[in-house]
Amino acid sequence: MSSASGDAFTIANLTGDPRRRLRERLIKRAFQLAAIISVVISLVIVLALAGKAIDFLRSIDLGHLWGDGWFPRRRMFDLKTILVGTLLVTGIALLVAAPLGLGAAIYLSEYAKPRLRRLLKPVLEILASVPSVVLGFFALTWISPHIVERLCGQSAIFNLAAAGIGVGILVTPLIASVAEDALRSVPDSLREASLGLGAKKGTTTARVVLPAAVSGIAASLIIGISRAIGETMVVAIAAGATGGSLFSVDPCSPGQTMTAAMASLAIGSDRVGQAGAVESLFFVGLLLFAMTLTLNLVSERFVRRTRRAY
Amino acid sequence: MTNSASSTIERAVGLRLRRRNRDVAGRLVEFGALGLLLLTLGVLVLLIADIARAGMPVLTERGSDFLNAPLSSLPQRAGIYQGIVGSLLTMVFVVIVAFPLGIAAAIYLEEYAPDTRLTRLITVNVRNLAGVPSIVYGLLGLIAFVTVLQGLTGGASIISAGLTLAILVLPIVIITTSEALRAVPSSIREAAYGVGASQWQVVRHHVLPAATPGILTGTVLSLSRAMGETAPLLLVGAVTGFLATGHQPILEQLRGPFTSLPTIVFAWARLPNADFRALTSAAILVLLAVILLANSIAIYMRNRYERRW
Repeated sequence: MSSASGDAFTIANLTGDPRRRLRERLIKRAFQLAAIISVVISLVIVLALAGKAIDFLRSIDLGHLWGDGWFPRRRMFDLKTILVGTLLVTGIALLVAAPLGLGAAIYLSEYAKPRLRRLLKPVLEILASVPSVVLGFFALTWISPHIVERLCGQSAIFNLAAAGIGVGILVTPLIASVAEDALRSVPDSLREASLGLGAKKGTTTARVVLPAAVSGIAASLIIGISRAIGETMVVAIAAGATGGSLFSVDPCSPGQTMTAAMASLAIGSDRVGQAGAVESLFFVGLLLFAMTLTLNLVSERFVRRTRRAY
Repeated sequence: MTNSASSTIERAVGLRLRRRNRDVAGRLVEFGALGLLLLTLGVLVLLIADIARAGMPVLTERGSDFLNAPLSSLPQRAGIYQGIVGSLLTMVFVVIVAFPLGIAAAIYLEEYAPDTRLTRLITVNVRNLAGVPSIVYGLLGLIAFVTVLQGLTGGASIISAGLTLAILVLPIVIITTSEALRAVPSSIREAAYGVGASQWQVVRHHVLPAATPGILTGTVLSLSRAMGETAPLLLVGAVTGFLATGHQPILEQLRGPFTSLPTIVFAWARLPNADFRALTSAAILVLLAVILLANSIAIYMRNRYERRW
């Protein structure tokens, strides 16, 4: 404030160096631009997908969306084939991942001593980082012959059940981590009150902690479902049916899901064929985007409810 | 006190003294949960063991030849060199594009943004982008980079693949960086403001250094996520069959056809030939070694340098 020495102290003295203020403003704008890009990306995804999906619907007879199977190269775009395939894989995945993930979360949050927890939690995080192609290969070469064949009796090497179990293993760490966060956000005062009334540890966990964390646990399962629906590589490798698939509800046989149908359309050999085949992947993609977005928004609401409660 | 109550207490005390009051059901719950956790971790061990058993022979017999040989339809000559190069080059784009953009966006959201509708929209939007299936990003890449920007990217090329993966991990970078910034207590910011630092100086000299371990972990995790992604690359046009790479200048190679390590795993996994089974396992071992090693180090560093304010 050398310029103001002797004179009266004015507002101008507080505004600082104009060059410094300009620099600050520019930096802020640059950061803001980076943040806005993320919104632009979502807009581009939605608009581009919607445009191409509409092109696809215009190019085909709407009756082609309902039929005997999903064979895009023969202009058979039976949606129920890939929707039921997705549903089967997601259902099997949840049957595997829900008990494993919730069990792991309950143990880590309620029973594990801090030292054991510090050891086990990172291992779970490592499992979460195994790429999905790797689990796809594992599902095909180990789960299918060792587990699915035993459960189904006679089964094809490629089958939806193996893919479902593989996807289940993939989403287990995700469910465990979200559910554990929910359980740990239940305040200790609730546990202490329950124990103080004479409840056993198991009773406290089952009747006090779990009900208090129920929104977060529901959120973990919904996020798991959303991930399972969008999982591509495990199904593309282990479920077979690369070209197309007849409508089937048998998990022991090969099948097609929305994501696997998109992947096989993208691989070279399927690029040739009837016009409209490649375009169909934009339509399926838009459907997939809408489904996962809805599930994510719902789970977000559940998570926020737990946070507000405590 | 009534008679029945006092006898109940008497029984309970008696059981306690004779150590017969074990809570069997409670123990079952505890061991059940532990069993499920161990089963989950057991799957990881089983997976690595099974793949190592099938893949190690290839790595020990062929050694560096497997890493240096190009794709081939002959199992004894096929190698993963092109996949390694492709993966590394796409990672360069992720580092150049996603990291600065993501960290800058997170700094804006955590340090600068006023609590307005727009800010909340951006935050919700970022969280939802992180949940979009990776194959949908592949569609975005196919439309935006392969088709619309073909003149710039050269179509189905490393540039397109790299940009697609960069956009894929951008929300993850933003979220992890935001968390790291949020963990820095506001007293540090206030102290810096108090001695006359400008907002940028506060961020640059105090908040960012304090948040560096968290940001670093987040970027490593998102890089390894990008490294393992396959589905979006298939849509952007990664080569799953034969790939001829000449000795072109680097810029031409960046705009030319490409493949990546996980794409090779996918392509080989679909081949019925038993020899390729072993090759697939060997390629997976290389992929897992890179990803798991990077993640283990990142997670260890985070837990080690996690500061409690």
